[in-house]
Amino acid sequence: MPRVAPSVPALVGIGLAGGFFGALFGVGGGIVVVPLLILLAGFRVKTATATSLAIIGFTAIFGVLAFSVLGHVYWGDAALVGLPALGGTLAGTWAHRRMSSRMLTFLFAGFLILVAVRLVLE
Amino acid sequence: MTTVLLAVALGFAAGVLSGTFGVGGGILFVPTLTLVVGLSQLGAQATSLAAMIPVVALGAWRQHREGVVDWRAATIAGLASGAGVAGGALLADALGDATLRRLFAGLLVVTAAHLAWSEARSPRA
Repeated sequence: MPRVAPSVPALVGIGLAGGFFGALFGVGGGIVVVPLLILLAGFRVKTATATSLAIIGFTAIFGVLAFSVLGHVYWGDAALVGLPALGGTLAGTWAHRRMSSRMLTFLFAGFLILVAVRLVLE
Repeated sequence: MTTVLLAVALGFAAGVLSGTFGVGGGILFVPTLTLVVGLSQLGAQATSLAAMIPVVALGAWRQHREGVVDWRAATIAGLASGAGVAGGALLADALGDATLRRLFAGLLVVTAAHLAWSEARSPRA
């Protein structure tokens, strides 16, 4: 917990930015919210990461509501990737305690670049 | 059948990566839903947000048990995110699929660079 409670305007700004980014890209917005909580609200990394998960929960629910109005949410496909991801989250936490992630991080980064190239060429 | 198995495997991988690197599952959900399942970019982004809900709920609950979630901050920022979401969703809807796809490709490159940079900077384990 931060020593001084973060100001409401800072939190509102962080929420607005995270929500906008999360909906625009469909990713939830952690990549924006975590650094903003550290820089603007004075959070430590661990608290920022944990609190961003709770914020992303709100963002994802609002996002589903917004896109349901626009008519684009495919629930069957959401379950198809979302439910296996639950198992993966548990496995990932387990693996994280047991191995160095340096090589994995660089492999993952390389993989993301490949996917980016594929998306642009599609 | 192959599509289903690949989608399940990549969904599992998205969960592993979010548990390992702390990046949200969305960065893998979205390309899985476009390239493997065949959704439009906009449909994939909307569906990714739905797929994320159980993963994020589990993550938030585990962090809550460790007592590291600041719920006051999360509630204020989370409720405010609703207005940001409305703007982001309307913009995504207006941009068109080709533009949205290129923007997402850009996000993947930035995320890859960010991951590699943080890892290179951190002290060797």
